[in-house]
Parts: sequence; C-alpha cells; structure tokens
Amino acid sequence: NINDDTLILLFILLDGTKNGETFAPAKDQFQEELVIRPLHSGDIYASFQFRTLWDTDFLQEGQKKVSHYRLFPKSLGQVLSKFSVQELHISFTQGFWRTMQWGQPFIPSPPGAELWVWFHDTVSDVDGNWKELTNVLSGIFCASLNFIDMTNTVQPSASFKPLGLGNATDHRFLRYATLPREIVCTENLTPWKKLLPCGSKAGLAVLMKSEKLFHSSFHSQAVHIRPICQDEQCTSKAWELRQTLNVVFDHYTSGQGKKEWSLFKMFSRTLTEACPLASSSKVYVDITDNPELFELSPATPLLSQAVVLGDRRTYSVYDLTRAETFGQLRSFNLLLRWKGDNMLRPLLHAERYVAGFGLQTGEIHTVIYNNHPYRAFPVLLMDSVPWYLQLYIHTLTVTSKSRDNKPSYIHYQPAKDRHRPHLLEMLIQLPPHSMTEVTVQFERALLKWTEYTPDPNHGFYVGSSVVSALVPSMVAMSTNFTQDQPLFSSFVPVKEESSYFVRVYTEPLLVNLPTPDFSMPYNVICLTCTVVAVGYGSFYNLLTRTFQVDEPSPPLAKRLANFIRRIRGVPLLA
Amino acid sequence: MAAPLTLLLIVAVTIRAVLFRSSLAELISERVEVVSPLNAWKRVVEGLALLDLGVSPYSGDVFHETPLMIYLFHFTVDYAEIVFMVSPYFVDCLSCLLASLDRAKIFRKQKYALESDRYPADCLELLRSPKEMFYIPLKVAMFYLLNPFTILSCVAKSTCGLNNAIIALFIFCTLKGSALLSGILLALATYQSIYPLTLFAPALLFFLQRLYIPVNLRRSSFWCFTLQYAFIYVGSLVVITGLSFFLLGSWDFIPSVYGFIFSVPDLTPNIGLFWYFFAEMFEHFRLFFICVFQINVFFYTIPLSIKLKEHPVFLIFMQIAIISIFKSYPTVGDVALYMAFLPAWSHLYRFLRNIFLVSCVLLACSALFPVLWHLWIYAGSANSNFYYAITLLFNFGQTFLIIRPLTRRRKHPGGFDNEVSCFKSSVWKSSLKS
Repeated sequence: NINDDTLILLFILLDGTKNGETFAPAKDQFQEELVIRPLHSGDIYASFQFRTLWDTDFLQEGQKKVSHYRLFPKSLGQVLSKFSVQELHISFTQGFWRTMQWGQPFIPSPPGAELWVWFHDTVSDVDGNWKELTNVLSGIFCASLNFIDMTNTVQPSASFKPLGLGNATDHRFLRYATLPREIVCTENLTPWKKLLPCGSKAGLAVLMKSEKLFHSSFHSQAVHIRPICQDEQCTSKAWELRQTLNVVFDHYTSGQGKKEWSLFKMFSRTLTEACPLASSSKVYVDITDNPELFELSPATPLLSQAVVLGDRRTYSVYDLTRAETFGQLRSFNLLLRWKGDNMLRPLLHAERYVAGFGLQTGEIHTVIYNNHPYRAFPVLLMDSVPWYLQLYIHTLTVTSKSRDNKPSYIHYQPAKDRHRPHLLEMLIQLPPHSMTEVTVQFERALLKWTEYTPDPNHGFYVGSSVVSALVPSMVAMSTNFTQDQPLFSSFVPVKEESSYFVRVYTEPLLVNLPTPDFSMPYNVICLTCTVVAVGYGSFYNLLTRTFQVDEPSPPLAKRLANFIRRIRGVPLLA
Repeated sequence: MAAPLTLLLIVAVTIRAVLFRSSLAELISERVEVVSPLNAWKRVVEGLALLDLGVSPYSGDVFHETPLMIYLFHFTVDYAEIVFMVSPYFVDCLSCLLASLDRAKIFRKQKYALESDRYPADCLELLRSPKEMFYIPLKVAMFYLLNPFTILSCVAKSTCGLNNAIIALFIFCTLKGSALLSGILLALATYQSIYPLTLFAPALLFFLQRLYIPVNLRRSSFWCFTLQYAFIYVGSLVVITGLSFFLLGSWDFIPSVYGFIFSVPDLTPNIGLFWYFFAEMFEHFRLFFICVFQINVFFYTIPLSIKLKEHPVFLIFMQIAIISIFKSYPTVGDVALYMAFLPAWSHLYRFLRNIFLVSCVLLACSALFPVLWHLWIYAGSANSNFYYAITLLFNFGQTFLIIRPLTRRRKHPGGFDNEVSCFKSSVWKSSLKS
C-alpha cells in the first residue's frame, strides 16, 4: 500500500531528523581564528577569520533544493541559489593599508566597498542578476551597494580569476565593482556579525565591539564565498564561507604611550569561551620578529610555524577549546609587554598644560623635569603669553618636590592691550632628580568681534615656553674648535667641558576665549541705543514739559443749561 | 534711635564678618557684577606685586587704580578687610547724618509753613509727619548696610566702597556748609573716577541756596562765590594730581586711569551697557559712539540743575543715580549708593505707580545675572546674548526707578520742600475759584 509506505518513510524521515544520522544531512563545520601580529611601527594588527564549510550544493533545483540551514547563514544561502552565484567576494574597508609600514595583509582590500562575483554558466541574464544581487546585498549589509550600476561595473578579462573551484574561464560571467566613497560604520558591522553561527555572543566574535574597532587606523570586514574541494582528489565539493575582519590599532590613539598591548586594551573585552558550534577556535600571536623583545602572558607551550606571504613565521598558539586556556578567572586576556626601555632618558624635559574650567579664568602649569640622579642645575624659563590672557604675577608659584622654590631672577614685562604680549623670564634652580612646577593664573578677555579668527571656537594658541639650560654632561666635551668636526656637533658653541647647552620647547597651548554672538552687531546697537534713548527720552520729557492745572470742561447738559440761563438773564450754574 | 541703630550696626558687622571668613569670599570677589577692571581687589594686589618686582604698575593693562590708592594699600594691605568693613559704615553714618540734617531743616520749614497756613488742602498729604521723618535716618542706614549689593561689594573688597565713602563724606560736608572741605573731597572723588565732576553743580547750587545768593548770571555775588568754589575744587584737584606724579615719578597713571575710563578698551562683561555694545561695534563708528556714551553721562547736569535748582539734595541723588547707570564700568556697589538715598523721599512712594513692577524687575535681574553667567561661561549652553539681555533689563529697571520720583515731583507741584510752588498752586486755585 502506498499510504503505508509513505507513512513508514515519513516515520523514518522524522526519526532520522531527530537523530541527525539516518537522513544524512549535509555536513557543516565552523572554525574561528584570530591572528595578532605586532607591527614594526608599534601598532598592532589583528585578523579574524571565521570559516563555515558546508557539504552541499546551492545550485540544485527542485527537491534537492537546500532548505535546512544550520551553521551557514540562510540569507546568504538563498542569495546564492537565487542568483546562481558561483563565487562572491564583498569587502568593506575604512582606511588605507600602509604596506611600507605594516607589511602585507592576510586579506587585502581596497578602501570603500568592493564586490566581485562569478556567476554560474547557466545564467542567461548576467546583468539582470548582477543588478538584483547588488540590491539584495545592499539590504543584507545595510550598505549603499545599490549605487553599483552599469556605470561602475566592469568585467575584468584577466584579473580576478576564481579563487575556488570553477572551470569558468569565460569572463562574461564575472562582474567587478568598487565604491570608494562607501563609509563603514556600526550599521555595517552588525549585520555582518549576525551572519556568524554564534553571533556576537560567544567565541572570538565577542571581541568585536564597534567603539574600539572603528577607533583604529584600518578596519576591513569581508565575506568570501566559494566552492572548494574537500580533499586532494576533489571527490567531494563543499561551499566555503569565510568572514574576515582585519583591524590595525594605532599605537598613539589607543596605546597611550606605553608599549603594551592586551586584548582588553584593543577590544575592551576578554575572551571567556570558545564558540560551542566551532570545531576549532584558536588565537595565534606572531612571535617571529622579536622573541626576546616582548613577553607574552599567559605563556603557552604551543608553537606553530607557517609559511605565509613568502616568509616563515613562528606563532604562539592558544587553543580556546581547551578549558585551561582560560585559567582560574575563566577569562583569557592576552598581554604583550615590551621589555625594558633602553632609551637614554633625557636629563631635561618640560611639559605645559592649561588647568581650570570655564571661560573666565585658568591656570598655566609648566612642569620641568630634572632627571639627573645627583646634580642640580639652573634653568632659564621664558614664557610669552598673548595679551588677551591677562596673567596675574602675584599668583606665580614655583614648587619643587612640594616645597616652595623661589626663582633667583625674575624679569616680567606685563602686556599692553593690543600692543604687546606678556614676557616672563625666570631663573630656577632645579634640584636633582625632581619635578618642578611653575603655576600662574590668568583671566580670559572678551575681544572685539573683529579680533576673532573665522573659527573662534577652535581657540587661541599660546606659543611654547622655552627652557634653556646648561646641562651637566656625563662625558667631557671638547672645547677645541677643529675644522673637520661634523656639523651636527658644532651647532652650539661649547664653552666648557662639563656641560652642554640645551633648549627645550614645551607644547603650545590651545585656549578658548568667551565669544560674543557674531551675528548681532546691528541688533546690539539698536537694543542698547533703545535703552539709552528710553532714559534720555524720559528725562527730556520731564525736564521740558510744564504742568498746568486744567479746569475740566463742564458737561454738555450744564453748558446748555448755562446758555439758556444767559438768555433768560438768570445767574449761571457753578 | 541709638538702640536700633546699634543693633543694625551689629547685625551688619556680623554678616560681613561671617562672609569674609567663609569660602564664599573668594567666589564673590571673582563675580563680574561685583568687581570691574577698575576696582577689583585682585588687581590692587597685582599692582602692589608689580611694584615689588620693580615694574611700574601702569606699564601693563592690569592695574587701573590711582597712585593714592597704591599708597594707601601699601600700608594697609594686610588689614584690607578692616578697611573695607569700615568704609560702608562711613557711608552709612554719613547718610544717616545727612538725612537727619535734612530732616531737621525740612521739619523746621514745614512747621513755619503750617503755622502761616500757606499750604493748600491737597498738599497736606505730601507733608511728612514728624514720626515718619524720625525713622528716615534709620531707614537710610538699613537700606545701605543691609543691602545685598553693599554686602557683596564689601566682601569682594572692591574699592568701589572706598569711592562711595568719599562721595558720602563730600555730601556730608556740603550739607554741613563747609565749602572748603566740600571742594577738597569733591576733588578727591573726581580724582578717583572722573564722573563725580557732575556733582560740582548741585554742590554749588546748595551753597548758593544756603548763603541766600540768587542764581542769576548777571549778579556779581553769584560769580564771586562760583569762582571761589571752583578755585577750591580745581586747586585741590591739581594738588592731588601733582602728589600722584611725585609718588611714582611719571604721568603714566593718567592714560592708565582716566584714559581707561574714557576709552573703554577692556570689554569684560559687567552690569552696564558699554561692554557688549563696544564688543559688537563696527570699528568705523567706535570713536563716535564712545563720545556719545560719555557725553550721555555729563549731559543731564545742566538741564537737571536748571529744573531742580531749588532742590539741590534731590539733584545730588539724581546725579549719582545717572552716574551709576551710565558710567563705563558700573558695579552693584555704585547701584547700592543711590539706592541708599531712596528712603529719604519715601513720602513719594504713595504716588509711584510702578514701584512693584520695578522692584520685581530689579530682583529678577539680580537673581538671573549669576545664572546666565554660569550658563554662558561654564556650562556653555547659553551664549553672551542671554547675559546681555539681562543687562539691558536691569538698566531699564534702574532708569524707571529713578525717573519715577522725578515724575512724581514734577507732576505734583506740591512736592516736598517746595512750599514756593505749593504756594503758587494755592494761588492758582484761589484765582480760579474767584
């Protein structure tokens, strides 16, 4: 009976789907990996790769059409089957990869958005498919890929050969387009993260927080889909989806001066677990260049060597699928610390900053460091402050090692408004191995509206302070003048052997001044003159008007009555 | 009278002492409404520090006090608080005394007028009863000592308090009848800030009235006295200026003090009208408007003197008020000085229509000044227009405050002390009846 057979088949089917064995669903696996490479300039390069491998065929029609998705994102799978896509490569990049400073990236990408697609040779209308594909991808990635049209699409004949399997050599099925103006932001990152099997909840994707990722020199996220061989003989094929994210963190904007990198510093998160759906989850740190120059913690015994980009590199490996990687605290924070600072510390160093809040007053602090271990020496500090920051010299304090240090010579020339700036020169004795702080208060002036620069809220610059000193020298200097002395050592004349002349400039300051409203000159003149005119007018009225007692005129009835009375000759009413 | 006055003095001293010792003192001495570049204590200390460094205080643009001030504070800088505490009492006692002097004189006049039955019926309500007049000096004292403006000015150690003391001394000497002292003190007040120059006319008119010299340009006695008084005044001014020259050995102080007052180079916000006007001024018209604004202060002297020549005390009050409103760097200390004299004309309050409105405006503005300043300078959520608007409103309110008593006096011919015009009006009325 057909009905019975159908029932039995159904039962087996259901049974099979429950266990996942008998029906033999397509096998898929997911791997995630993070490679951290310290760069020569002090920056750090992190490259995430998430690979989903699925043993299926999207380009099937009818019954064998793929409908059950597990690790592979459904949105992409449907796109592939609908448009008969053989290979899809899309990337969004912010910033420019500096090859000369950073070396070669693992996955290169141009700034902006780039999309290149190989269509299957069964497609009849490639252009139509391309147009619809770009619009659909635009929706998936929240990007304005709909700007891709025939005016910026090309069909390269030699470049961009398929990276996966594919015997398509006819470049009619290839389309390539870039949008260099495309800006990458959180809105593009979020749908990209959603395509991952674990989302951004577990595994390496936990590290992808947009505040840190976009605060970097270079950020690139990409999706690469291609068919690949599963083994050497290529007996079975599988679809590979790779999601890659490359980011380069700038040493200066995020490093804060110390040569130290950690996962927490880079991503403001640490790793707590691997993605449960991943068959492998690893972190690689490139330790080829400087094995002794920095130290890694936590330490790992696993090492791996790989030849990549024409170079044999050594990597320390951390396996996140092993529980002991996370340690006692169940959190994995990789730390790279550069060992030792062998740079010779300069003996004299100065810094300057503005303290205070608001636009009325402020304080200029100049900090001078004497790093000599046992010698004290005097320095001459010169400050030239513009006239619109009125200095109050009675608030000048000089402290060394939290004790008052009175300068032995002060020359102060106060400023004359709109003529000359303040000039302050002081001779201060710096105690050995100490920090001296010079503080002076100032008040900010309101200028005439024409005296402001076109961008008044940028602020006004105060020139650098100059610290001049004869610093005691560790090495005896030669006072002889010789003809073949190199130029770099003969700029400053050497007067004595035991010290050398040094001039240190501090940072310039940027100070904001209160601004009037620049759109108001006519209004202000009118309003102020109105108030003055009201005063003047009232005074004028009062001083020129005379007051007379006025008899009110009698009402009409009374006047009429008086008129009649006058005719009659009778006495009038009052 | 003595007991309430003593109590008042004790309360005032306590308030000031408490504020001096608290952390509010520093906060108040930075407020732009209370101190101006002319009379800030910080600048006095800066000037003294420059002198110690061997640099002339007038070589920069930070110090704008007269050399006599340097001399005074050179010795009393450590006792500054006491100096500033004493000066308001000076003003207060003097205004008290002058109010009582005035009161005695008026009382006498009224008594004579009543006895000779010269006041018509409707003038009676304007007469002041002895009881009312008894409390006027106390009211004046209270108005000055407990005025928040005075307290703030004192705690900020602004030299405005000292200037007020000199002006009060001058008025006192004038009312006492001593022309010499009056001339010298007026010269000192003018030396401190130019604007008291306009008080020459009312002082002259007072002396002429006192000595029964009619104000007639053809009379020789008028010119005789005028020249005498002018000589005393100008002579003292020259002597004081000469002394200042010898103090520092240069004439630098003249452009620094008087040039600064007249040309208004510093545009620090204050409660006056000048700063924003000249911050937003087209360069082409700057000189013109400076002249206009400065003439505006001196301009009302002649017309007011002509109209109020029989009421020199009221004229003094009007002049001080005009100076306080229209000067180039006003502060609340200047406002407090003329406000102290308002109770002396309290009998006119019944006729002031807008007194509630004006006082509300002034109170609201005083409260809004620090708020909008904070919003502009510290919070950054407002801009300079907010503060400027309150400045305009404050000056508007002040103008109405001083115009109203003048209006009342003009509209009621039977105004106080004006038995002549009251007599006139009674003659009028009787002629109409007949």
